[in-house]
Parts: sequence; structure tokens; C-alpha cells
Amino acid sequence: MTELLDYEFMRRALIAAVLVGLVTPVIGTYLVQRRLALLGDGIGHVALTGVALGLLTSTSPVLTAAVVATLGAVLIELVRVRTRTSGDVALALLFYGGIAGGVLLIGLTPGASNATLVSYLFGSVSTVEEADLWVVGVLAAGVAAVVAVFGRELFVLCQDEEVARAHGLPVRFLSVLLAVTAALTVVIAMRVVGVLMVSALMIVPVAAAQQLTKSFRVTMLLAVTIGLLSSVGGLATSFYAELSPGATIVVLALAVFCVSVAVGGVARRVSGRRALATRRPAGAGAAGTMPQTDRGRVT
Amino acid sequence: MSDQFTDVGADVPLAFQVVDARVAYDGVPVLDGVDVGVPAGQTMAVLGPNGSGKSTLMRTMLGIVPLTSGQVLVHGAPLRRFRDWRRIGYVPQRLTAGGAVPATVREIVASGQVASRRRLSLSTRADRTAVDEALETVDLAGRGRDSVRELSGGQQQRVLIARALAGRPDTFVMDEPMAGVDAENQQALARTIARLRERGSTVVLVLHELGPLENVIERAVVLESGRVAHDGAAPEPTGECARPGHEHQHPHPDPNAPEAVEPTTAAEMIRLEVPGRD
Repeated sequence: MTELLDYEFMRRALIAAVLVGLVTPVIGTYLVQRRLALLGDGIGHVALTGVALGLLTSTSPVLTAAVVATLGAVLIELVRVRTRTSGDVALALLFYGGIAGGVLLIGLTPGASNATLVSYLFGSVSTVEEADLWVVGVLAAGVAAVVAVFGRELFVLCQDEEVARAHGLPVRFLSVLLAVTAALTVVIAMRVVGVLMVSALMIVPVAAAQQLTKSFRVTMLLAVTIGLLSSVGGLATSFYAELSPGATIVVLALAVFCVSVAVGGVARRVSGRRALATRRPAGAGAAGTMPQTDRGRVT
Repeated sequence: MSDQFTDVGADVPLAFQVVDARVAYDGVPVLDGVDVGVPAGQTMAVLGPNGSGKSTLMRTMLGIVPLTSGQVLVHGAPLRRFRDWRRIGYVPQRLTAGGAVPATVREIVASGQVASRRRLSLSTRADRTAVDEALETVDLAGRGRDSVRELSGGQQQRVLIARALAGRPDTFVMDEPMAGVDAENQQALARTIARLRERGSTVVLVLHELGPLENVIERAVVLESGRVAHDGAAPEPTGECARPGHEHQHPHPDPNAPEAVEPTTAAEMIRLEVPGRD
């Protein structure tokens, strides 16, 4: 494992992987709670347009991606609220617009090609520079601050928007805040796992964790642990086995998910049998996996 | 303005005042000029057939549904300028209390304090005591660490009521708290609401039928096609269907029949969900 640290680029990549592993599942927990699991993916595609814009204008692609992804996140909330478009359709629009914009802009950039874009699509740890690391660090701190300050309100919002309204919470502001935080998280994760797998690292650790937990807080903590282990472990594995880091990280997270499903199933069966004498068994919707196929609500 | 309500004493402040409320969805009127004043401390039921606008009325009272025209005052302040949200406890009509991520009963109940707690503050002893009391009030003490998903529908409904209680509000708004709840749980809920009334809380309940709450309700407003059809003493249920404006529609299982209460298939759950959304 120490050999890994001999390389400057690997040290930078590891720092990035730690930040990503810590931050993505936190925001992912709220997205899963809100049934907007694919939001990260949609924003990720918009971030591609930002990357291309950065390359075209010779600015830091991470910075322009952050700006464009944030605008995209605000846009998707507006589209959901102002037009007769449901959450999943709004996401689809974002998806197509983002990737088309990226390819279009990269074509205008001298010296860059779709291959440059691909390095952002699938992640490219070997090209993480020190400046990128600073940007990523600041963004990670920002996300942590948002969750620390607004976490309680976001929990209510993501659980039941109507109840949030009846509590007098600033629902519109919180929705945009969550979407923007997700956008920034996507940009953070982009350099390590790539745009395509950002959503996976946001959602898969949460999906794995909730197989084993009863509480929201424990789900989040466990998801962060799984995210951290997957991203650092995946990066190390990819270094030694010469695999694609992004793909390795996600496959590792998915492996943890499979194990969690199996362990959770056994655990529930055991505790269910024990509880059968005293209380009713959990309803059909309560047991088993919770596939995230919902695409968000129309409000 | 309150002199237009003959049944409201001039001295009692109004918890809610709805003035000529009109709501239309895509041009179709749902509320068609409703005037209701709820004096502080009153326990009032909003009754009416499906589609009469009773749920919409309740939601406009909290600003969940925007008014097309008219005005809602909450504790004397127009909704837009009302800031004292910690006084409001809202119990939505839901079949489940949780989101897509697991949450414990305690986490859900404690989230009811979101309006009364400062940002970046840890829970105080008083906050935790309030959660404990709320759980005791709905007879769920000892279930705090369980996942809400493990509870029955009636128990989850009680979790939602406990959530409203946890913020220690003095004004409650409940949307069909008896829907999908078995007879035993209905009695427990009726006791809880009676306790709130004794404490001097204002309670507004949207109900499909009075049921075990008959003795707790002081006043009933019956809506029909978005207008107030009756306002006064709770209608005497000489026969359940004798009430004015009551079209007896029961597409869902009778909540009084315990064995029929728990939806077992997804299709039944959907059918149960629909009638309350008017």
C-alpha cells in the first residue's frame, strides 16, 4: 500500500478520493429520501457542458463545471415548479441538453477532442492537479457546511414537502439549495469517478446502507463509510491491477450493495422470526430492497 | 371583520380566519367562497363528501395550496406574514410515515420540532422530553428506536400525530387522522384529541365521518361543492347517511372493520389513498 504513496499523482488522487467518498453519500442520502436518485446523473451531464466551456475559454474546467452545474440545478427546480413537467422529464431534458452542449463546445475548442471529454466522463485521477485539489477541498467544506446548517430542514423537506410547507420552512429555497449542493457534489466527484459514475457513488452506498439500518442518521454514517472504503479501496485496487479507477470504485460499491442485501435479508428474517410472537410482521413494502426507480415528485 | 361570524364571540381571538376563500385547479373551482372562523381553543371538524373541498380548505389554511382569491389569517396574521409556525402542528394524511430512507420513530417525531429549534443547535433536554411525552401521548413509548417501516398503518398515523405534538404547538390541523386506522387505534386517537382539547389547544380535523370523535367535536363545518353547507353543532348521526351533503361513498374498506383495515396489496393501498385527496 505504501508504494502507492510514492507517486505524487496518486497522493493527490487519494486525497480527492477521500473527499469524494466522504461527501457524495451525504448528499445522496437526502436525494434518495426525496426520491430524486437520478438528479446527480442529470446534473453530471450538465457539468460536462461546463467542462467543455472551461476548456474552450481556457478557464479551470472544474470551476466552469461548478458554475454551469449550479445553473442547471436551479433550472431543473424552476422547470419542475413553473412548467407542467414532471421531475423525471425535467431530468431527461437536462441530460440531453448537457451532453449535447458538451460535445458541441468541445468541437469548437482547438486542441481538444471528445477524448478530453471522455476523461471527465469516466474520471481521470492521474490528471488531478493541485489547483483542482484546492477547488475540490473548498467545495467539500461547503457541502459539509450546508448539511450542518440545514440538515434538519432538509430532512423534513425530503421526507414530506407538504409538511415542510406547513412548518413554514422556505421550501423553494431549500429545494434549490439541495439541488445546488448536489451539483457541487457532482463536480467534486467528477475528477475521481467521472461524471457517469458520480450518481452511482451518491446513490449506491446509500442503497447498500439502508439494507442494514433502521435510522436515517445511521444510514448516512454507514453510507459515508461505504463510500469512503469504496473510493479509496477502488483507487488502490485500480492502481495495482491497472484498471479504470472510476469503474473499479463503482463496482466495489455495487459489490458492497450485494453483500448488504444478503446480510440484511438474513438479519430481517432472524429478527422477524423473533418478533413474530409479539408484533405483526412488517408489511410487504417494508421488507426487502428499496429499488430507487421513482423519479421524483411533481410539485 | 369577525362580526360577520355570528357564532364567534367577539372576545375570543381567532386561530384561523378564512375570508371568502376561493381555490381553482385549472379553472375548476374547488373552494367557492368559504368563510370560516375558528376561535382559539375550539375543536372543529370539517366534514363533507369526497370532492367537496374539505382537504383543500385545510391545506389553504396552512398555505400548502395557494388561494385564487380571498384571505387566510392565522392567529391574526395573514399567511404570508405569519412567522410563528411553531404554534402549528400539522398531521398530513399519509399511509406511511417514512421517506425512502429508513428512519426511526424517534427521528420522525423529533423532526416535528424543526420550526421551534434554532439552526446548528443540538437537542436540549426539553426537546428530548417533548419527544418522550409525544410518544407517550400516542401510546408509542418504547417504540422510539424502531424503524417506522416496522409499524402498522395505525401506528404510523400515531407517529405522525406525535410528530405534530413534539413541537408543543397550540394549534393542530389534522387531515383524516382516522383513515385506515383500526377501531382500537381510533379510540386511542380520540383520547389524544380529547386531551388536546382539555389543554385548550385549537384542533381542526378533516374527517370523513365523526365516528369515535363524536363527543370531542364542538363544531362541525360541512362543505358541499366548495361551499359551506352547514356550520354549527355536529350533525346528529341518526343514520350515518342522513347528514346533509353526505353522499355515502366508501370505495375503501370500512375503517371500523379491523380485519379490513390493513391494506395487503399495492392495489388496495392505491384505492385507499385516492378518497382522501379531494
